[in-house]
Amino acid sequence: MAQIETHEYDVLVIGAGGAGLRAAIEASASGLSVGLVCKSLLGKAHTVMAEGGIAASLANVDQRDNWKVHFADTMRGGQYLNNWRMAELHAREAPERVRELEAWGALFDRTKDGRILQRNFGGHKYPRLAHVGDRTGLEMIRTLQDHGIHQGIEVHVECTITTLLKDDTRVAGGFGYDREKGRFKLFHAKAIILATGGIGRAYKITSNSWEYTGDGLALAYQAGADLMDMEFVQFHPTGMVWPPSVQGILVTESVRGEGGILLNKDGRRFMFEDIPELYRNQTADNEEEGWRYTQGDPDARRPPELLTRDHIARCIVREIKEGRASPHGGVYLDISWIKKRLPNAEEIIKKKLPSMYHQFKQLADIDITKEAMEVGPTTHYMMGGVRVDADTQMSTVPGLYAAGECAAGLHGANRLGGNSLSDLLVFGRRAGEHAARFAKEHGAARIDDKRVEEAASAVLKPFEPDGDPRGANPFQVQYDLQEMMQKLVGIVRKEDEMRQAVDELQKLRERAVRVRANGNREYNPGWHTALDLVNLLTVSQMIALAALERKESRGAHFREDYPNKSDTFGKCNIVVRKDADGRMAISRLPTSELRADLKLIVEEMK
Amino acid sequence: MITKATFGIWRGDARGGKFENYETRVSEGMVVLDAVHQIQAEQANDLAVRWNCKAGKCGSCSAEVNGNPKLMCMTRLSDLPLGKTTTIEPMRAFPLIRDLVTDVSWNFRVKKQIKKFKPRPPDAPDGTWRIAQEDVDRVQEFRKCIECFLCQDVCHVLREHHLHNEFIGPRYFVYAASLEMHPLDTENRLAELKKTQGIGLCNITKCCTKVCPENITITDNAIIPLKERVVDEFYDPIKKLFRMLKP
Repeated sequence: MAQIETHEYDVLVIGAGGAGLRAAIEASASGLSVGLVCKSLLGKAHTVMAEGGIAASLANVDQRDNWKVHFADTMRGGQYLNNWRMAELHAREAPERVRELEAWGALFDRTKDGRILQRNFGGHKYPRLAHVGDRTGLEMIRTLQDHGIHQGIEVHVECTITTLLKDDTRVAGGFGYDREKGRFKLFHAKAIILATGGIGRAYKITSNSWEYTGDGLALAYQAGADLMDMEFVQFHPTGMVWPPSVQGILVTESVRGEGGILLNKDGRRFMFEDIPELYRNQTADNEEEGWRYTQGDPDARRPPELLTRDHIARCIVREIKEGRASPHGGVYLDISWIKKRLPNAEEIIKKKLPSMYHQFKQLADIDITKEAMEVGPTTHYMMGGVRVDADTQMSTVPGLYAAGECAAGLHGANRLGGNSLSDLLVFGRRAGEHAARFAKEHGAARIDDKRVEEAASAVLKPFEPDGDPRGANPFQVQYDLQEMMQKLVGIVRKEDEMRQAVDELQKLRERAVRVRANGNREYNPGWHTALDLVNLLTVSQMIALAALERKESRGAHFREDYPNKSDTFGKCNIVVRKDADGRMAISRLPTSELRADLKLIVEEMK
Repeated sequence: MITKATFGIWRGDARGGKFENYETRVSEGMVVLDAVHQIQAEQANDLAVRWNCKAGKCGSCSAEVNGNPKLMCMTRLSDLPLGKTTTIEPMRAFPLIRDLVTDVSWNFRVKKQIKKFKPRPPDAPDGTWRIAQEDVDRVQEFRKCIECFLCQDVCHVLREHHLHNEFIGPRYFVYAASLEMHPLDTENRLAELKKTQGIGLCNITKCCTKVCPENITITDNAIIPLKERVVDEFYDPIKKLFRMLKP
């Protein structure tokens, strides 16, 4: 067998963004040995990109806020498909997780009396996001990283896991390779936590980096775990659209939280024209009230620019489709207009949105204190993922846990901005705690050498000559997949297009089998792209099949052929798993009845 | 407008290498990383390059473009003289892995040597602290650091003199400053800064400040104040006297 570097841990964490780091910290705090596998360098994961803030009902800015309001907001935002127990735990525990970050050195912006400042965000009734300007994610990942490195966690940077190994039904370890030399690594572990983030690279226009190829979802699927809610892909309404090379880069929702407005080419503030029933009572019906809300007036209702992301993305698509797009095919997002209201607007914008200011100045020659930005939807977040137990985060495979973006449940059909960072902390910690408990209660698992050999040979396959001298260029296949998913399983979906997508996926899988890697195993991106393709194709298939199954429109999933909500689908989640014949099976799982006290909260806050 | 340009990209590993020229299309708004990706996808699938966010936030794609230390994702082609070959090479202060990728693991080891954050007891019974925004603002500048290590790359103490064992470099002076000036921190890191971390070796040429993509005023706001604190602690005659009198 090829040479393999072997490691043994009580708990192995795959992924080192916010959820993975928080999980690793928790597991190691209980005295266990913990390995942390990181696809890039430590501290570069996508958490670093999060801009707006961490949602937690600290009630520092508006005393009316509490976990119940946060819970109700999260359920409403998710169109009641959320796992209500996760939404409850998240709302209850988020404040403590934020305070804990501060105790580990994070420095948030402050209120006048020195507490953690909170800002407005889409779908949150009160100012709720603890933040640091518009670089909250950097503050969070750095705090976790700098705390974690003193805990004795062993970090494996630039390492990718390609296969999970099992001992009978339970998980037993992971096999992968390191980027630097292409060496094989085998990790024995009593429990494994997946924290691999999202799937953005399945689409052409995305805010996600190369890493987000759905690795954890594909690993869990191949290991026999259930996945859920895969049809719910969040398209963030505001990504950059120009110049072409920056298309998809995120423009934070905080721009709107601070008073930014959306305009079409005619200068019309179109968001006022379509306010969903579920939000009518909470939304301003005139510009004056909306402005007062952004400036902290407790009696004002939020402007329609702070409706949920799914809705805003669709409104923008409508404006573009109906011929009211800005010159480069987006709409305008204007924060500079606040100079009409505030004397020191330029200074405020630079202080509140420093990285947006630099991003546009450097990449698009646009001064956002003086002119409007052009924006359009960008693939941002996967609400679906590994189906987990709400309290422990364990998947349907014993010993296999998932936390953060790669787990499903908290966000239902649509995630509220700010609920992601708090998700990472709350459920990262829970996964760490319960994986550690599992590891303590169970002995070492056995790994079958034969499975390891199979995993190793699969990884080397792109180097093997296969009779086709040209093979296929992995970058080209990935590109074609992204184009196809963007076109056929994007923001607006319909039956025939998605059927076509399923056919196209079959053809892409046939091409993917023939992709060739040139050169050798040392830091070879062509090879890595070839291996990532397998996962991207698996998750794309899940998205297409789940989206076909859900014959209604809800949250981030919009079907032109079924434009309304259906009661039937409002009571079930779509589950994906590998059946006994190795085929991808889709089923409907009835949602569980909301606990009576929580039902009351939802009713009261409607 | 130029529609094609030539890029000389360093290809090789620790054993050696050379610049290879690649011609590729250029279009409006492209940055250096786009050109590298295009070349990688179309002409050289195994061209090694490290990147993540492509928005100047993660600090992964550091390299030397026409000899200048830059984030490739934030360097626009329109700012370069594309009439001649643009050279792209890896950071020179770190061992080469392959092509544009260097081994920056030394930086992560250095960080571990710096004593961790140690807060004062909470101010309020609920375990929270009260901090003024001005006190937050003072250290925010240091906390903006994206760990791209361009400051380490240009620092002559590391780049020319290779004193990696006795000098932690600008990035970690910024990190130490962010902890030392943290409004809640109670730890003292001055002895190590003087003895093992080499703050005295910095002769404030400000090369690090010039290349920082986050515009952190590394020398003036981090290094010089730390030097002053070290001087106050160890060279103040009265304090020295106290130390001598201590049993």
